[in-house]
Amino acid sequence: MTQQATPVEARSMGTHLDRADGREKVTGHARYAMEHGADDGVEAPLTAWLVQSTIARGRVVRVDPAAALAHPGVVSVLDHESAPRLADTEDRELAILQDDRVGLRGQIVAVVLAETPEAAREGARLVHVAYDEEPHRASLEGAETYAPESVNAGHETDWADGDVAAAFAGAAVVVDQRYSTPHEHNSPMEPHAATALWDGERLTLWDSTQAVHAVAKTFAPMLGLEAAQITVRAPYVGGGFGSKGLPHAPEMAAALAALSVPGRPVKLAVTRQQMFALTGYRTETVSHVRLAAEPDGRLLGIEQHAVSQTSAIKEFTEQTATAARMMYAAPARATTHRVAALDVAVPSWMRAPGEMPGMFAQEVAMDELAFACEVDPIELRVRNEPDADPETGNPWNNRRLVECLERGAERFGWAGRPSAPGTVQDGDWWVGTGVAAATYPTLWMPGNTARVESLGGGRYAVSIGAVDIGTGARTVLVQIAADALGVDPAAVDLHIGDTDQPAATVAGGSAGTGSWGTAIVQTVQQLRADHGEHPDAGVASTATAEAYPDMDRYALHSFGAVFAEVRIHRWTGELRAPRLLGVYSSGRVVNPMTARSQFYGGLVMGLSGALFEESVRDPRFGHVVTQDLATYHVASHADVHGIEVEWLADDTDTLATPFGGRGIGEIGIVGTAAAVANAAWHATGIRVRDLPVTADRFVR
Amino acid sequence: MKELTYVRADDAASAVATVSADPHARFLGGGTNLVDHLKLGVATPSTLVDVSRLPLDTVEVLEGDRGGLRIGANVRNSDLAAHPVVRSTFPALSRSLLAGASGQIRNQATTGGNLLQRTRCVYFQDVTTPCNKREPGSGCSALEGYGRYNAILGTSADCVATHPSDMAVGLAALDADVVVLGPDGERRVPLADLHRLPGHHPEDDTTLAHGELITAVELRGSELTRHSTYYKARDRASYAFALVSVAGALELDGDVVRDVRIAWGGVAHKPWRATVAEQALRGEVYSEDAVRAAAAEELRAAETGDDNAFKVAMVRNATALVMHQLASKQQHPQQGGTR
Ligand SMILES: Cc1cc2nc3c(=O)[nH]c(=O)nc-3n(C[C@H](O)[C@H](O)[C@H](O)COP(=O)(O)OP(=O)(O)OC[C@H]3O[C@@H](n4cnc5c(N)ncnc54)[C@H](O)[C@@H]3O)c2cc1C
Ligand code: SF4
Repeated sequence: MTQQATPVEARSMGTHLDRADGREKVTGHARYAMEHGADDGVEAPLTAWLVQSTIARGRVVRVDPAAALAHPGVVSVLDHESAPRLADTEDRELAILQDDRVGLRGQIVAVVLAETPEAAREGARLVHVAYDEEPHRASLEGAETYAPESVNAGHETDWADGDVAAAFAGAAVVVDQRYSTPHEHNSPMEPHAATALWDGERLTLWDSTQAVHAVAKTFAPMLGLEAAQITVRAPYVGGGFGSKGLPHAPEMAAALAALSVPGRPVKLAVTRQQMFALTGYRTETVSHVRLAAEPDGRLLGIEQHAVSQTSAIKEFTEQTATAARMMYAAPARATTHRVAALDVAVPSWMRAPGEMPGMFAQEVAMDELAFACEVDPIELRVRNEPDADPETGNPWNNRRLVECLERGAERFGWAGRPSAPGTVQDGDWWVGTGVAAATYPTLWMPGNTARVESLGGGRYAVSIGAVDIGTGARTVLVQIAADALGVDPAAVDLHIGDTDQPAATVAGGSAGTGSWGTAIVQTVQQLRADHGEHPDAGVASTATAEAYPDMDRYALHSFGAVFAEVRIHRWTGELRAPRLLGVYSSGRVVNPMTARSQFYGGLVMGLSGALFEESVRDPRFGHVVTQDLATYHVASHADVHGIEVEWLADDTDTLATPFGGRGIGEIGIVGTAAAVANAAWHATGIRVRDLPVTADRFVR
Repeated sequence: MKELTYVRADDAASAVATVSADPHARFLGGGTNLVDHLKLGVATPSTLVDVSRLPLDTVEVLEGDRGGLRIGANVRNSDLAAHPVVRSTFPALSRSLLAGASGQIRNQATTGGNLLQRTRCVYFQDVTTPCNKREPGSGCSALEGYGRYNAILGTSADCVATHPSDMAVGLAALDADVVVLGPDGERRVPLADLHRLPGHHPEDDTTLAHGELITAVELRGSELTRHSTYYKARDRASYAFALVSVAGALELDGDVVRDVRIAWGGVAHKPWRATVAEQALRGEVYSEDAVRAAAAEELRAAETGDDNAFKVAMVRNATALVMHQLASKQQHPQQGGTR
């Protein structure tokens, strides 16, 4: 029985350490999923290309491969009749080519294998598919909704407390509005891709994933294997934002295609356009928010009723209303989630699922309340600070929201801001400022195993099957290990990104560093307990972290405050955000450089969501028609100006992890869109409650 | 991507001969638009005749008191924008070029290719949806579909697409001529007549015959062209096509509008010369209200849907802004325009 980890003293942690893989990346030596060659065991690969359905619902009547097969270089065409059979087809997103049913437009209905990428692509164009089309539903508007059993991350669908009706009946001030966030796509820089190779009963998958072990575990029963028969390697991943947190259909397509040519590697790259149908997205959300308050802004009641959409072939419900359960004090509250099952692509995780859309609604509503009560928006939040977690009644581990707001106000220059909107003009621009609070739960995941081996001479090898998707995990885990070992970071060899290393959970939920780091600390302490301070070379310990933070006794969350300045062109309504400031409390910052990048990235993505991002699904067809990065806008460099990030001093939380840090990957996107929308209102007096906040709302 | 034959043209005449002889052959310029179309299956040519290396890559300054220009079809967008005479005598052209695409794309894109780039209508670019422009007779998905970028002027029941080029809007306001080489020799087309309205044949973007090669664009400089500029309203600050754009030129005589040019982008199947508005302003006393009224006059014919109704106010206001900038420079030469 191994001991739970105990807190570690910081030496390297908190200081700058260059990115361990920075040089490989900027010199092009880092190999991504499509780039493995003969020296990695990928010799003479075939290329697979996906053929997607052009109907949203119905049946495939016939797949005619003749023209494709006649094309030089095309080797074979797999369809629902010819593809290898899966042992388990319950997951209809992943169980592709197993039957003739079509559940979404863009579903994989055939895979073409060819000697070159060009031949594969042309082969795919030449495959003719005949369908028996059935009517489909692809619009949330007017769709029938239901209450799912639970929502993402296992949260309760509905949760209420106190007498909400009474709270609203007697309230002096009520905000009652509908807020919406659009359908959005994660769009990481590196599109999804996989290289698959079967060797007898063993599958090796070079994958672009946030979780190598989860891919193996998910695919094993479907392919009739044990997880140990699947090796997943992801040494470098070009971003994921949640879209690579769970395996998607293209990885299964690569595995099946390779199974049809045993011994021959198969490469499959998903195009940007295909990503819009096959690799997950954030669904549109609509929140009905009601706030009841005393004249001084003290909340009496909070309601958030969230509606979103899922796919009829697999359920996923965005947990939009969960932050409303814990954010502010109020004697009464009610939160619900309802979801509509549509004949569309399968939604999934996108950076801060739940918090991002939910806090947009809540934090704009709070801004409306502040104005209605004539209370400064920061003061309003201070007045509604809860002493303990309203949802569980548990004490906070480390709630420092008010400090974030106050520090941010000071740095941003909030004092003296006119409370009325539409009063500041600079040249051709209306100018406004806005604030919003941010929060993200500390999700700590059990079941991470690390192995620490003494290499002699004071050097150590640390292995854990974690993945660095560009966040800096490869660097900060070295720092955590070094401090746990009491050695210099240069004395630690870290091995991650491969199922050859011990089991680890996903790089997601802002839980990677915390959960993996805890396992590493615990294993180091195990090594010390087993073998002392100077273990011989070759001596190793392995340990699994099953527990660390006491989630039953504490409410574990991070907090932040986002400030935005927005300018709106008085002639054209165009918006620009010259200043964004985020101040965070997220426990110990292990590496200021990689942490700052995470916060920046979150803020930029929040800004992007505030002003630009929107996947337009055409309900007549059932697919997203803005399916490339020229029509699906993300923030460009010219949109990103003065972004500043700060974290509170002396923020160490050893209740959360033994190294004192909590997750930072997602909180930067939370609240940012609300701060921008609130600033846009302050600039113009026009309240936009539906993201994105675009020029057409302001042009008169 | 369909297999095709690639040939590099040795001279303009043989390029014209090759393409004219084969209805499925196409010219290739910088490839920044056409190669995308090859990958998407939007274009499936039999042969690509690469004209990007023909020696049509110089900007010639023509003799004359005001300085005219003959711009070779292969002059890259970046080089053209940076040319000193373009910057001094045709600022609307320089600014419209710089408002387009990205630095990398402008380095690659040619003058001829920019003029003939095709619409960014999302349905045109998606071969799984009906589109009259891509497949005549199949229907127009944009009419009742995603309409944020749809045209508001000169539309037809068959197509509501907009022409995406910024440069073409700048050139339209500057009264450019396009020099075209066909099998029967050279001809000149006023830029305003190069692109066409969709009517019943949205498959034809322009009035050029198949096989006609753009060899140059010609401009004549004047006091008016010197007082020209370009404004592009867009969703993000860079790397976005215009919601609407305005190229304008204004010459004041005291307070009176001696001459004026207005061209709009993002509103029609072609760069839209706002001749009604120009006519209303010419000879009148300049004022912001007069510009707004003139633009409104031009926009009386606008037809909009829910998604693009905002364009009417936006293009009217942007026109007022552009004229305001040009007028303030002439009325208060020290101060420059507004920001
Ligand atoms: C992401 C992205 C963003 C963009 N944003 C903008 C923008 O904001 N504003 C803007 O204006 N543009 C924008 N563009 C478009 C860009 O300006 C065009 O792609 C470019 O100008 C085309 O020039 P090219 O030389 O590459 O043409 P090509 O792609 O080579 O050719 C385009 C067409 O012109 C024909 N052609 C080429 N040369 C000749 C010739 N000499 N004679 C006759 N026919 C010819 C070709 O056959 C083809 O039909 C963007 C493009 C991309 C990819
Ligand atoms: S607007 Fe024109 S280009 Fe767009 S779908 Fe209709 S016909 Fe095609």
